[in-house]
Amino acid sequence: MVSPAIAVADPMDISPPNAGQYVELGTDGALRLDSGTELSRFGVAYHTYGTLNAEKSNAVLVCHALTGDQHAANAHPLTSKPGWWDIMIGPGRPLDTNRYFIITTNVLGGCMGSTGPKEINPDTGEPWGLSFPVITIGDMVRAQAKLMDHLGIDQLFCVIGGSMGGMQALQWASAYPERVFAAVPIASASRHSAQNIAFSEVGRQAIMADRDWHSGEYHAHATTPRAGLAVARMAAHITYLSEAALRRKFGRKLQDRDHITFGFDADFQVESYLRHQGSTFVDRFDANSYLYITRAMDYFDMAREHGGSLPAAFHKTPVRYCIISFTSDWLFPTSDSREVVKALNAEAANVSFVEVETDKGHDAFLLEEPEFHKTLVGFLNGAADKRGLKNP
Amino acid sequence: MNPVNERARAALRVDLLFVADLIEPGSRVLDIGCADGALLHYLSSERGVDGRGIEISQAGVNACVSHGLSVIQGNADTDLEDYPDGAFDYVVLSRTLQATRNPRDVLAQLVRIGRRAIVTFPNFGYWRVRWNLIANGRMPTTRLLAEPWYSTENIHLCTIRDFTQLCDHLGLQTERQVILNHTGHSARSRSTSRFANFFGEQALFILSRR
Repeated sequence: MVSPAIAVADPMDISPPNAGQYVELGTDGALRLDSGTELSRFGVAYHTYGTLNAEKSNAVLVCHALTGDQHAANAHPLTSKPGWWDIMIGPGRPLDTNRYFIITTNVLGGCMGSTGPKEINPDTGEPWGLSFPVITIGDMVRAQAKLMDHLGIDQLFCVIGGSMGGMQALQWASAYPERVFAAVPIASASRHSAQNIAFSEVGRQAIMADRDWHSGEYHAHATTPRAGLAVARMAAHITYLSEAALRRKFGRKLQDRDHITFGFDADFQVESYLRHQGSTFVDRFDANSYLYITRAMDYFDMAREHGGSLPAAFHKTPVRYCIISFTSDWLFPTSDSREVVKALNAEAANVSFVEVETDKGHDAFLLEEPEFHKTLVGFLNGAADKRGLKNP
Repeated sequence: MNPVNERARAALRVDLLFVADLIEPGSRVLDIGCADGALLHYLSSERGVDGRGIEISQAGVNACVSHGLSVIQGNADTDLEDYPDGAFDYVVLSRTLQATRNPRDVLAQLVRIGRRAIVTFPNFGYWRVRWNLIANGRMPTTRLLAEPWYSTENIHLCTIRDFTQLCDHLGLQTERQVILNHTGHSARSRSTSRFANFFGEQALFILSRR
C-alpha cells in the first residue's frame, strides 16, 4: 500500500490551519469524481480517538453532517466548544474509545482542512472558489476510502453518521460492501427528498443574493457573505428542530422585554435564538462550502445510481445494518428510513431498524437521547462480538 | 444439557420451546412477532442460528436491538411481501396469526419466504373456551386469551380444524403438528381428531409449500 507523506510544518504545503491530522492523497492516482473531472492532489483532514488494534479490525468511521467536521469529540479549534458528538465518543460512551478506534474526517468540499472551495488550488495558488468541481456523496466516500488505504485499514468495523453522515454510511456499505462490517445510518435517507432540495435551494439563494458573495470570489474581495450564510443557517436550523421542541423551548416568550415593541427587533426569544445560530455559524463555516455540500446532498439518489432500484444498491450485501430514525424528524422522516429497510429486506439483509420517540426533531441524533444511545450500544456490542472485538 | 442452557430454556414460553427444538442449528430464521426477542436470543446464543425478527411494538423492537438482535419494526400483514422467495430456512409466527388482518395471505407469504413455516396459535375449539361461551354466554377469556373482547388484538381466532382446513385450501403441506394441552405437554392425539380440537389449548404446525 502506498503511504503518502503526512504533511506537517512544510511552509510550501497546502496543509490548512485547524485541520488536526492531515494527509495529502491522490499522488498515487487521481480521484475520479462523479462529475467526470479528476482531482490529482487532494487533502483530507481527519481526527482519531482510541487505538487501532493489531488486527486493524476495530476502526469506526464517524461521518459528519452538513455543517459538522472532523472535530467530533475534541474542543473545536475555532469555537473552543466541545465536539459535535462529544456525548457519543469517549471511554465508556456508546462509541467506546477503549474498544474502538474512531476516525472522523472532514468531507471533501468541506471547510475545516479537507480540499474544498476554501482551500488553495495547487495549480493556481488561489482559493478554488467556484472553480472547485461539484462533488457528490460518492466522491466524499471515495476520498475517505483513500484515507483508509493510507491508514492500512482494509475493513472498517463500522461506518456511522447522522443526516448527511448517514448518507455516507449507506454509500460506504453500497460501494464498498467488503470494507464495511456494520453500517449505522441515523436520521438519514437513500436520497434527498424534493422538500429537502427545496430547503437547500433557499439556503443557497440566500448566500448568492448577498452582495458580498461576489459570485463566489469573496476571498479576492477580502470579505465574506456573512448575512447570506447566516440566513441560510437560520432557515436550515428550523428544519433541524420540531414544532413541539420550538414550543417547548421558546413558545411565544419575549426576549429581555415585557411587551412587544411594534418594530422588527428580535422581540421573541425564538428570533433571538435563530439570529444567534446564524451569526455564530458564519464564524466557523465557509459560504461556498455550504453551496457545494448542500448540492452533494441534493444529488444523492442511490436508486437512480442503480437503474432505479434501491435493492440493487445493496445486492447480496454482507453488511449488518442498524437504521435509526426519530419520530419528530420532518427533514429525514421515518418513512425515508423505512424505504431503506424495505430495500434491505428485499435483499434479505441483516438489518435492525429502530424509531426513537422524541420531540427533538432531526437534531435528536446530536443530543442526549437515552433510548437512542441504548439501542446503538446494543447493536454495536452485538456486532463487535460477531467481529470478535475484545470487550474492555 | 448444561446449566446455562437450562436457564435459557426456562426463560422460554412453552410453545417457543417446542419451536426452538424443531429448528436445525445454524439455519436462517425469521421470527415474525418476536416480542422481546426471547426465542431469537435463545436460537442465536444456543443454536448458532442467523436470526432476524419483525415486531409491531416499537418498545419490543428497541428492547431487541439493544440486546444485539437484528429486529425491525414491522407488520406481518404488510411487510412480508418485501422479502425474496426462500430467504429463510424457517419463518416463525408464534401466537400472532390470530392478530393479523388477513391470515390467509400471511400464511401464503410465510411459506413463500421460508422453506418451512412454523405457526403456533391458541385453539378456539379448546373445551374451556367452548365452556366459557356456553355456560356464561360471554366472549371467552382464558389463560392464553386473557384480554376482554373490547381490547383484544385477536381479531381472527380459529380452531385447529379451521386452521387445517385453510391449509388444505391453500395447498400447504403439514410436515408436523404438535398439540399442546393445558399442562404445556404435547397431546398424543392427531389434530384431525375432534379430540385434539377439544383438549388442545394451543397448536403448532410446520408447514411448507407442496
